[in-house]
Parts: sequence; structure tokens; C-alpha cells
Amino acid sequence: MPEFTQRFGTEHWLAIVIVILAGFWSLLTPWFLTLPNMVDILETYSVTTILALGVFVVLVAGGIDISFAATASVAQYAAAYAAAEAGWPAIFAIPLGLVIGTALGLLNAALIYHLRITSIIVTIATQSVYFALLMWWTGGKLIPVLPDWWSDRIVFFQAEAADGSLIRITLPIVVAAAAALATWLLMSWTAAGRQLYCMGGNAEAARRLGISIGRMHYLAYGFLGFMAGLAGLLQAHRVGQAVPNAMVGQELNVVAAAVLGGASLSGGVGSVGGVLLGLALLAILQNGLNLLGWSSYFFPIVIGLVILISTSITGLANRPGRRPARTAGVAHG
Amino acid sequence: MADATPPHPLEQGLTELIGLARLGTPGGNIGLAVLLTLLVVVNAVLLPGQFATFGTLQSMMFQLPELGMLALAMVIALISGGLNLAIIATANQCALLMAYTLKALAPASASGSMIALAIVAALIAGLLLALAIGLITGFLVANMGVHPILVTLGTMSVINGISIYLTRGTVIAGIPEPFLVIGNGVVLGIPVPFLILVATATLVAFVLSRTPFGVAVFMIGSNLEAARYAAIDTKRVLIGVYTLSSVLCFLAACLMLARFNSASAGYAESYLLITILAAVLGGIDPFGGFGRISGLMLALAVLQVISSSFNLLGLSQHLTLAIWGLTLIAVMGFKAAIAPLTRLLVKPTRKDAPS
Repeated sequence: MPEFTQRFGTEHWLAIVIVILAGFWSLLTPWFLTLPNMVDILETYSVTTILALGVFVVLVAGGIDISFAATASVAQYAAAYAAAEAGWPAIFAIPLGLVIGTALGLLNAALIYHLRITSIIVTIATQSVYFALLMWWTGGKLIPVLPDWWSDRIVFFQAEAADGSLIRITLPIVVAAAAALATWLLMSWTAAGRQLYCMGGNAEAARRLGISIGRMHYLAYGFLGFMAGLAGLLQAHRVGQAVPNAMVGQELNVVAAAVLGGASLSGGVGSVGGVLLGLALLAILQNGLNLLGWSSYFFPIVIGLVILISTSITGLANRPGRRPARTAGVAHG
Repeated sequence: MADATPPHPLEQGLTELIGLARLGTPGGNIGLAVLLTLLVVVNAVLLPGQFATFGTLQSMMFQLPELGMLALAMVIALISGGLNLAIIATANQCALLMAYTLKALAPASASGSMIALAIVAALIAGLLLALAIGLITGFLVANMGVHPILVTLGTMSVINGISIYLTRGTVIAGIPEPFLVIGNGVVLGIPVPFLILVATATLVAFVLSRTPFGVAVFMIGSNLEAARYAAIDTKRVLIGVYTLSSVLCFLAACLMLARFNSASAGYAESYLLITILAAVLGGIDPFGGFGRISGLMLALAVLQVISSSFNLLGLSQHLTLAIWGLTLIAVMGFKAAIAPLTRLLVKPTRKDAPS
């Protein structure tokens, strides 16, 4: 079973590379391997983690989604508008954002499943539509001040490190951890999750097994929509304002993070652990380069090289048993 | 002895495949042509004296070529069953290199012959860069067994990173006057960039439909393994595909440099997904193997007419993008809706065909 070996191979490789890289960085900068820095990395990458988890579910289901950043922006702006301009309380504004995110995800699923259009094409189109309508409606204007309940820091746990710096487990970290747990439970411990793997592996076989392909589409894209809404709300919480174009443009990097962790573009493969490791690799790379004082202009080059090298290694390693990517996609409509 | 035998089955199959390749997706072009005519008529009625004028036509011909050239670069990769996400990054880097060369060799005080020399040097430098990028991308796609989305995502990031790192995100402006003719000149009322686009598109269409290389591209796009078993050197063809795609990016870079009179790592970034949108609207199969350049050109014309009419109506450019997206969904939905009908109308030819 090539999928099996690939899955294990990718995660093991990633873990080894991360350990080597972390060791390397900690030799170069003593600050790297401290608890405050680790917590800082977690907080910085919380929003990306939530998005990558949602994308991972869609990738496993054999699809791809480009529109999630636009979805997140729409959900964020709508909730921020309701909260800051219309004065909605938290118990209405937060569900509004989540519902809008989920609804836009479900709309993608409906277009993909009922119109039988390829997921990448649908989501490129809806990305344009969602984002363009948002920019048109808002005129690109940001909502500069959010209500206190939204923008106030929420600290769950606080401790002082040996050198006096603060270690704070904040809301974004907790939400990202909860999202990871929820995704893991969904994908590994529920029948629906296993059916998503099955559909991603072979949609036609899944259909003949009696799996409702339509319901699986709604589940995968709706889940990503929900995660996008959540990420949008959280991103606004972190920066304290709602900017309509703050999240758009990073779609492909999030997809890359999920793929780096072993999720396959042809579906059916991947694990939450792998996605988290992929994210950790990118986060540690960026953090280390920052600490060493390298120019931030340099970072895209490093990301690109990491993508090229890691996918090439897994690609070469799996050559004899690699699956025909195209049949999976065509069966998927 | 072989001369006397009837056409080899393989040859017959190839002829059929070439026919299919020329046909593209059934009904696609006719539908698009109807849509385009409809749009033009509606706009001519809605905007009397404004839309159906030579001035509007000319301005559309000026605006279309950059997106058109980049879309060509995307389409050739799409037909081969891949994708080239690095087109914008490649075009920008070529434009930056050319702008840098022009500025270095032909400062404002340079003489006419010096400027001519600088332009030639800049074009050669840009072309060489595009060839290098294309060869590397093609090599990675052909040999690593990784989906082209990932390979080109990586190369896009690296190319963009290098451009931004070297320029620090700044703009290189001030291109010598003679070079700007490429972007702003007019011959017999027709803008030069449009002529360049039409010539390039014709050439690409010819290469794709009338040369062994083109047929191989279509075959690889519909089934890579089958193409390999059919004794096609798939690696060489794939390297050719991405090199050609990069060279088209170089041409796009020339147009952009001359139109904007400057180069930057951040230009035209929003075009990346729009090129795919235009390609699919034009009936090019996103999984490869099918599509026609004429379909792409029709789709580009549809998008441009929508954009121009919205501009004349004073509507936001953001709204244009939204309508472009909706147009794609509507066209794809329409195709999905009529597919069962065509299946009913066209009877299966084989007796044992499933009902």
C-alpha cells in the first residue's frame, strides 16, 4: 500500500527534519529553544493552523479549495460590522461569522457537487466573487476599532519564565488546539471522517459502497467554511481590527503547509499530525530566520525551496507506487 | 512493403486524436461566440454612441494583451495536464531584469545606437532568464513525480522571493522611449500589443495542433502513462511545455514593461487565478488533454467586453471581478445542465452500450 508508506514516511521525515532544524537553530541562537519563544510561535501560527486544518479535510476528500481566505474575510467583516457598527453582542456576532463562513463553504460544495464542476475551478471563481463583492461593498475600508469583548486579550494561563519573561497561553492558542483536536476526532474517530478518506481515495468506489458523495462534499467544504469563519474571527481578535483584504493572498501557502504535512492533492491521504508537523516546519524556519536577523524578504525563497525539496523527496520516494492523480480527479467531477 | 498497407491503426488513432484536439470541448466555442455577440449587442444598445465605437474597440485591444499573453502561458501548461502558478512571478522577474539592463546600458543621455543595443541586450537577457526558469521548472515537473501545482508553487515562491529580495519591493521605472512602442504603438489603427498577441496566439495554436510536439502535449494531457507507452518522450515534451510557457511569460513581460513604463515584483499578481478562469471559460479542460486557443481568445474577449462596459457604466472594478467569477460559474453550470440533454440526443453507437 503506497499510501500507507507515504503517510508514515512523510511524517517521520518531517519529524526528523524538524528536530535537526531545531537543534541547529538552538545552537545559533540560545533564545530559540525557550518556552516563551515556543509559545510565541504557537500564537503567531494559530490562524494559519486553523485554516490549514480545514484545507486538509478538503484535500483528504479529494478536492481543493482556494476560496477559504476570501470566505474568512467575508465572515470576519460581516461579524465585525454587526458588532462594531450595529452593536450586536458577542453571542450573536460570533455565531454570525461562523454561520456565514459555513454557508459560503456549503455554497462551494453545492456548486461542485450539483453542477459537477471541478473544485479548483469553482473555488477560483467563488474566491473572485466573494472577495470582489466584499471589496465592492466595503470600498476597501477597514473597521478600525472592535468592541472590547472581541479585541481584549484573553489569557488562560500565565507563568513567568526563569529570565522573567512572560509565558501566556492565550485564546488563539487554545482555539487552534481545540480545532486540531476536533479535526482529528472527525477524521479518525467518526464514520464520516473515514468515509471522507474513502471518497478521496476513490470517489466511484466510495459511491458503490453506499457512501453519500453529496453529503460528504457538504461536510468537507462546510467544515472548511466553518474553520475559515473561525480563523477570520480569530485574526481580527489578534490584530484588533477588521481589514477586508488582510487574509487574501496567502491561500497557496496554506495549501502548501497542508501538502507539506503529507496531504495529497489527489486525495485520500494525510493526517492531522502530519499537517501540524508541516506547519511546525514552516513556523520554526521563519522564527529561526527572524531570530538570526535575516531579512524577511528572504523568507519566500526559503519557503519555496522547502516546498520544492520536500515534495521532490516524497515524490521520488513514491515513484513506483504513485497513483494516477488524474483518474482520481476525473472521478471527482 | 509497408508502403502498400493501409494506414496503421495507430496512425488512424492519432488522426482521430488530432481531430479531437482540434475540436476541443463540443459546443464550447459556439456557445461563447453567442455569449460574446449577445454581450456586444446588449452593450451597444445600453451604451449608445459609447460602446460600439472605434475608440472603445481600440482601448480594449490595448488592455487585453497582457492578460492574454499570460493566459496563453497558463493554457499550454493546462493542456499538458499541469498548471504553471509561476507565470506572474516569471513575467515580473523578466521585466525587472530587462528594466535593469535598459537602465544600466542606456541612461537618459545615451545615444540612439546605444539605446538600440541596450534594447537588444535587454531582450536577450530576459529571454535567457525565461528559458532558464522554464527549463528548471520543466525538469522538476518531468523528473520528480510531483504534481505541477506543487512544483510551480515552489518555483513561484522562490522566483518572487528573489525578485523582492533584490529590489526590496521597489519599482524600476524610466524605460527608453523606443522600447515603449511595443506597448503603446499603433499600426493601421490596431495597437501593436494586440498584433503581438494575435501573432503569438496563432503561432501557439499552430504548434499545438499541427506539430508532433503539440499532439504529444495533448496526449500527455489526457493520459501521461499511455503517452509514455506510445513511445513519446514525455520528459522532453514536459520540459518543452514549461519552457514554452516561460517564453510566453517573457513576451508578457515585454508587453507589461512597455505598457507600465516600469517593472516591479508585485505587478499583475491578481491575474494569476484570472488566467485559469479565462482558460476554463474558453473550454480548456483543467485536467488537460482538451482545449483550443481560439476558445481561449473568445473567452478573453468576453471578459474584456464585460470589463470595458462596466468601466463605461462607471461601475467598480471589483464588481467586474465578481461578474467574471459568476460568468464562469454560469457557463460551467450551463454546460453541466445541457450535458444530459446531449447524451439523450446522441444515441450510443455500440449495441452493448449501457443504457
